[in-house]
Amino acid sequence: MIISLVGFALAGLVLPSLTARFGPRMFVVAAAVPAAVFAWLLLQIPAVVRGETPTELHPWVPQLDLALAFRLDPLSLTMALIVTGVGALVVLYCGRYFRRGEDGLGRFSGVLLAFAGAMFGLVVSDDIYVLFMFWEATTVFSYLLIGQYTAKRKSRGAALQALLVTTAGGLAMLVGVVILAVESGTTRVSEIVADPPQASGLITVAVLLVLAGALSKSAQVPLHFWLPSAMAAPTPVSAYLHAAAMVKAGIFLIALLVPAFGETPGWRPLLVGIGVLTMLVGGWRALRQHDLKLLLAYGTVSQLGFLTVVVGYGTRNAALAGITLITGHALFKATLFLVVGIIDNRLGTRDLRKISGLGRQAPLLAVVATLAAASMAGLPPMLGFVAKEAVFTALLEDAEHGAPLGLVALIGVALGSVLTVAYTARFLWGAFASKPGIEPAEFVHEHVDFLVSPAILAVMSLGLGIASPLLDPLFGQYADTVPPLSGEASAVSAETPDAAHLALWHGLEPALGISAVTLVLGLALFAARTRISAIQGRVPALIDSARGYSRIVHLVDRGAVRLTRLTQTGSLPIYVATILVVLVAAVGTALALVGELPGSFRPWDSPAQLPIAIVMGVATIAAARAHKRFMAVVLVGVTGYGMAALFALQGAADLALTQALVETVTLVTFVLVLRRLPSAIGQDHGRRHRIVRAVIGVSVGILMSVVAVVALGSRIAEPISLRFPELAYEGGHGRNVVNVLLVDIRGWDTLGEMSVLVVAATGVASLVFLSRRSSDMPRLGPETERPRWFAHRKRMAEAPIEATTSAGATPDGAAPSQEKGNQRTPWLLAGKTLAPENRSIILEVVVRLLFHSAIIVSVYLLFAGHNIPGGGFAGGLVAGLAFVARYLAAGRFELGEAAPIDAGKLLGFGVLFAGGTALVPIFFGVDALTSTWFEAELPVIGHIEFVTSTLFDIGVYLVVVGLALDILRSLGAEIDRQQEEDHGDESSPDDGIPGAHEVNTLSHTPDEPTPDTPPTTERSPR
Amino acid sequence: MSASLVLILLMAVLYAGGVYLLLGRSMTRMLLGFLLVGNATNLLILIIAGPAGLAPIVADGVEPSEMHDPLPEALILTAIVITFGVSAFLLALIYRSWRIARADVITSDEADVAVGGADSSIDDEASNEAEDGSGEDTEFEGRAEAKTP
Repeated sequence: MIISLVGFALAGLVLPSLTARFGPRMFVVAAAVPAAVFAWLLLQIPAVVRGETPTELHPWVPQLDLALAFRLDPLSLTMALIVTGVGALVVLYCGRYFRRGEDGLGRFSGVLLAFAGAMFGLVVSDDIYVLFMFWEATTVFSYLLIGQYTAKRKSRGAALQALLVTTAGGLAMLVGVVILAVESGTTRVSEIVADPPQASGLITVAVLLVLAGALSKSAQVPLHFWLPSAMAAPTPVSAYLHAAAMVKAGIFLIALLVPAFGETPGWRPLLVGIGVLTMLVGGWRALRQHDLKLLLAYGTVSQLGFLTVVVGYGTRNAALAGITLITGHALFKATLFLVVGIIDNRLGTRDLRKISGLGRQAPLLAVVATLAAASMAGLPPMLGFVAKEAVFTALLEDAEHGAPLGLVALIGVALGSVLTVAYTARFLWGAFASKPGIEPAEFVHEHVDFLVSPAILAVMSLGLGIASPLLDPLFGQYADTVPPLSGEASAVSAETPDAAHLALWHGLEPALGISAVTLVLGLALFAARTRISAIQGRVPALIDSARGYSRIVHLVDRGAVRLTRLTQTGSLPIYVATILVVLVAAVGTALALVGELPGSFRPWDSPAQLPIAIVMGVATIAAARAHKRFMAVVLVGVTGYGMAALFALQGAADLALTQALVETVTLVTFVLVLRRLPSAIGQDHGRRHRIVRAVIGVSVGILMSVVAVVALGSRIAEPISLRFPELAYEGGHGRNVVNVLLVDIRGWDTLGEMSVLVVAATGVASLVFLSRRSSDMPRLGPETERPRWFAHRKRMAEAPIEATTSAGATPDGAAPSQEKGNQRTPWLLAGKTLAPENRSIILEVVVRLLFHSAIIVSVYLLFAGHNIPGGGFAGGLVAGLAFVARYLAAGRFELGEAAPIDAGKLLGFGVLFAGGTALVPIFFGVDALTSTWFEAELPVIGHIEFVTSTLFDIGVYLVVVGLALDILRSLGAEIDRQQEEDHGDESSPDDGIPGAHEVNTLSHTPDEPTPDTPPTTERSPR
Repeated sequence: MSASLVLILLMAVLYAGGVYLLLGRSMTRMLLGFLLVGNATNLLILIIAGPAGLAPIVADGVEPSEMHDPLPEALILTAIVITFGVSAFLLALIYRSWRIARADVITSDEADVAVGGADSSIDDEASNEAEDGSGEDTEFEGRAEAKTP
């Protein structure tokens, strides 16, 4: 069976390209696949009739007890024969139906084969989850098939409708399937059915959920509306969909479960009720259709209701009748759809008001259609007659044995049969009769090859009707798995009815009488068709669930838009506020439920905290209210330095050191960027917004203080960090516990952090370097290689102070010839590239003197950090500050001279270095990041130690230096350059404070930095 | 463990000021708010770390219990450096926004605002009905070999 499935899958994959290339005749070849499977299935019949069940088992996910389990019991064999037999004929028919070059024919052919394969898989699966997967696969493929005419809006809508309705049912079914599998302790369908779990409320719910899936798939009221819409599909698809596949899946599932769950509370009343209603609604609607295909579609709805009643009824003889009816329906309904396809193909219409005299023009077609219609109406000697007789007999005998529901079902299906006869007559009359007042159709001539498929099917309807006793052994074996009487009847009656047998002639039985009556009434109904249609026009549609469906879809669409509009306002502050309000509400609720606050208070750890806290608090409030950019930055900086002081008081020396250094670098970075922005912070919301913001802010503050108290009070266990000192000293060979933690014990964390820094630095560079990828620092070079703007500046820089103080507006190229004034020896290499009024000789001298000392200090911090406060972070920051000083004192060329290496390379190298250090131990057979140390007595220097984790710290150091350089070259040097670019054309770059000109023109703010600009940045860098 | 009231109050003030700034529309304010919230969070970890102690450096005669807890210190140190990296990134963002759009103020997202106005233009394809089967819907209308008159 798995081979058959693989065959279908391969055909589905290969066929699209073949059909696209060779046209529709490839369908004839493709039909060989289902035909071969059909033939193989025929060969299995003797074994199955003998009582054997061919099975196949391929383990799939053993851990989930999921297996590709297949079996051929009488029911699945019958279904598989229908699926492959009708499938082969439909595929064959496609070869004549479609024309070469039709849009999407390749896709269609592949999907059709895949659909047939999924349907085949569905009926032979013995694993309930695999069955469900095939179930959903048929849904998806049918969506593609119904929507074949992608250009038609109606076609797309119908496909979506079918998909939504059947998937919704499928989801309900999945829940039921899971419950059933869990309660049974197995996923094998055969085992579940053979030994069903004990009846309970849960099982009832599960069974009803599965039924919901089956009923939606089989288009039962009120979910029937998708099936008539689905006739937007090409007619061969409709034929297959309505007769053998998709809708039959639901019926199959009911037939599969009825032996085990037929007595589940609610099963029989539900299926009989819905089935009868569907049969009547479908038949009634079919009577008013003018489109032949739509007439058949409603006929299918009606027949599916019929099948639901009979198959779901759950007695032995009803089951026999049901499986016969499934077969009969597959044969005649496929035939009729294929006939309609031929009519449409030939005449270009399916409207019975436009067709006349076709019977005379196309007698063969008329004969084929009449045979199938006779089976549908239940006329002897067709298979449909045999099935209907069996149905009436089975329902009647259960009613006679005391089941009132049997009588309800009998009356229902008898009424439904009356309608069936009527719409069958309407179909035949509509398609073939000569109608007065309508010009006879001109049917070109009959193509026998086009007729092959429907003719075979029609002959089968006839042949199997006559030879129905031959079906008895196979069908009877399935029927025997169902109890002889319904629960109601067996409670009343002790005797059981005899097992029925399929035959054309049972003698003069009540069933024959019922058949005759329905026939007469049906023909009468047809004869009175004008009066009936007048009544139908007046009676409003009672069950108009299609409108309900569209209303639901519309509501969902509107709801989605409303929800989006409600939540996605597009305002960042509102998003942030939402997050914070949720934080306060959620965590606040949790804390409120905690009740009492654990822990106790003391005013302070040391009295010195109080003044620091007051300064920080005041600075915070002032920063929140500040209107000047620099003012706010400095105030926030104050809190940062305050943090450093608090760290120091608390005994966290490393933190204090790092915080102070970071704060300084941050301040410089701020100033580098903010010099380009107006000094006043942009406008803000009105008063009401400020109040809301303040309320949220204060709530968060209060919440977090409660969190702090509760968290602190909850610390009752001994912290693991008590063992860190020992661990650091013995394992990491370092005395500074924090440093060892960073580079050794929690080294992976630090590696991750370094990656964050690299990403941030890369981000900074890519945001600032707008138009070019610059990796090189600007450097002092030979005169000839200097860019034009540099030469210009150089001339300006070399001019004597006295001359250039007034030369601000000197146009480019017109610099006065004051080369004589190059007397001052620069303290820094690039000092002379600056405009004289921007130079500070004192700063240059100080930087010159301090730079190398600072680098030495940074290296000392790096290496000593293992034992005293310091380490890679602090060392890197000190080195970074040294570069900052060089840049501030002498501009971007100085930066290039001080650090000729590319920042990006430094960053990458740092991460590689640290990562490499972390990984090297693996090659020595120990865990990553394991450290070791060497010590030696060296002459002169004395005792030295070296711990390998210092190498990791060097990586950290490189990354931090790289970050600092990256910030300087991006936010410093590149912004300088862009600024000159912006100004270069209209004015001299040396006209005062950088950026002031631009700021002045853009906003009406003072162009001088505010007085509270920190001293280091008072002179903007050049 | 008992908590230092001064530190807790300071932390609350830092959070309040930080959140207040964070909720503004000016990018500079948001960045400053981010820094304040960062400081407040570091302070939170410091408070939870417990009372003051000696620097966590192994020396003779110093018991681990006398030291300030080194683990939160390592966490804060990481946080400080990362905050620095992220603020540099945000500063670059501010600069770019200023250079390209001359704006320091975040405006509402246009695409999101546009969704709000799209309500009336929903395409309710699904409401298309096939219930009243009209005979015109045929697959072969113009292509059939013999057309009906």
